[in-house]
Amino acid sequence: MAEPVSHVTAQMPRAKLAGLLLFFLGPAVVIYTLFSIYPLVATMALSTYTSDPSGSRSFVGLANFRTLLGDALWSKPFWNALGNNLIFFIVHMCVQNPVGIALAGLLSLPGVRLKGFYRTVMFLPTMLSVVIVGFSWNLILSPLWGVASGALKAVGLGSLFAPWLGLESSALVTLSLISVWQFVGIPMMLIYAALLNIPEELIDAARVDGLGQFRIFFHIKLPLVLPTISLVSVLTFVANFNAFDLIYSVKGALAGPNFATDILGTFFYRTFFGNQLQLGNPTMGAAVATVMFFIILLGLCLYLFLVQRRIRRYAF
Amino acid sequence: MTTDQRARSIGVHLVLIAYSLLAVGPILLVVMNSFKVRSAIFGSPLAPPDASTFSLIGYEKVFRSSHILLYYSNSLIVTLVSMALVLLFGAMAAWALTEYRFRGSTALALFLSIGIMVPIRLGSVAILNMMRSAGLNDTLTALVLVYVAQGLPMSIFILSEFIQQIPKDLRDAARCDGVPETRIFFEVVAPLLRPAIATVAVFTIVPIWNDLWFPLILTSSDSTHTVTLGVQQFLGQYITDWNSVLAALSMAILPVVIIYVILSRQLIAGLTSGAVK
Repeated sequence: MAEPVSHVTAQMPRAKLAGLLLFFLGPAVVIYTLFSIYPLVATMALSTYTSDPSGSRSFVGLANFRTLLGDALWSKPFWNALGNNLIFFIVHMCVQNPVGIALAGLLSLPGVRLKGFYRTVMFLPTMLSVVIVGFSWNLILSPLWGVASGALKAVGLGSLFAPWLGLESSALVTLSLISVWQFVGIPMMLIYAALLNIPEELIDAARVDGLGQFRIFFHIKLPLVLPTISLVSVLTFVANFNAFDLIYSVKGALAGPNFATDILGTFFYRTFFGNQLQLGNPTMGAAVATVMFFIILLGLCLYLFLVQRRIRRYAF
Repeated sequence: MTTDQRARSIGVHLVLIAYSLLAVGPILLVVMNSFKVRSAIFGSPLAPPDASTFSLIGYEKVFRSSHILLYYSNSLIVTLVSMALVLLFGAMAAWALTEYRFRGSTALALFLSIGIMVPIRLGSVAILNMMRSAGLNDTLTALVLVYVAQGLPMSIFILSEFIQQIPKDLRDAARCDGVPETRIFFEVVAPLLRPAIATVAVFTIVPIWNDLWFPLILTSSDSTHTVTLGVQQFLGQYITDWNSVLAALSMAILPVVIIYVILSRQLIAGLTSGAVK
């Protein structure tokens, strides 16, 4: 595109342009600013206050953050939740994205029939509510129902079965894998779309040179869709901080057993709203949200400066 | 086709079939067992319901002990109103950002894109305070406002890419005929955005229907619960009643699956059209 703006609009009188901008941009900017940006800023401001039982608030500077990171009563669950978030993220990066890439690669092979059917079926879990998916897996993995243990027994691996969701050692990884099962459709679709955009001539040239499908995929297609893969990684990173629904619906706000599945989302919810063990504390909740915000910001900056700059984009 | 190629093609299909089974198996299992009597749910979980094991007792219980239809209508209202506003305001803003040159447009685009990367949930403490002081606490309006704010950045991003693909000549021709800008947008450009609706729907509307967080925080009475929250609370209460639990899960799954199957062609075409790269 050599000329992004048409000549006609470039010659528009100023007052008319201002009126049009107000009309077209006004509603979106007002709603977005009021209900998205303002609450974020107000939450950060609130994190520098403390409230006493009577409800009056007083400014305390960074004291909430010192408590959160310094007081063992707060810092232990905080680091535990952050560590669990990291495990949750790593499982997604190591399982969800490779499986998504592999499925996209298979679907984009020339001459595979029933593509539409496979895509539709594989994307189905992504459309469902996390709550429903979490609960359904909860039933399936339950020793009470015995579907999972029965299935393992049928293939002679009955001894491998354990109540994975109930054990402190395996609950978090199991929940991560449930989330992977649900959301693998997103990397699959985005990478599939990117693979379709690779020009035929490139693939044909490689084939003429005698490369097999396997090497074509790894040496030609995969490097060309790297920008999409890095976008998927960023989406995975941000989604990681939204993963409250799954833990809450399967394990409740206490993220049992013994906080083994506690992530920042559930920790934030408990701090803000309270639970059986503690009263809700909005100002500490705001402090937790602020820390989460800076962790996301740090992750995005690392991505922009370390990864994005090194990725070369190919224009076709 | 040589035997070698045939063997490879069979291998590819085996992998795809295996993964497809893994993807739908659990959903099928829950829906299938929701139509069975309790003894059959536990006795032969993998068998489809037959004449002797068929039962709708779980569904009867769900209808009797929860306001599931009310939850459906709440979810429907919230999702449809949010979708209409996200699409309308999103398309209008995307149009202004791509079509007009003005000072600060890049800054504004950056400002709007913050919402794509930073989850709006982090502002929950302040959102709840705001809704309380505006008297909107425990209303569907509060949910709609939050969801529109949440959906706008992504929809503006996707719709901008679509608007850029519309030929410039089309609107300039209309301009030369003296058609006002608002009519150019609503009568020439907006109808051309129809294919983008599917992409916007996947990225902004589906998360609204499925959301648990904001209903949990902003609605407290049963009459404002959405399906996701209503079913979640029902499941918590009736956790030992397997008929009801499976029926409630199926009732949350089936409408989504039916709509998805009807619209899947457009949805997937929208997703793979390259608007999101």
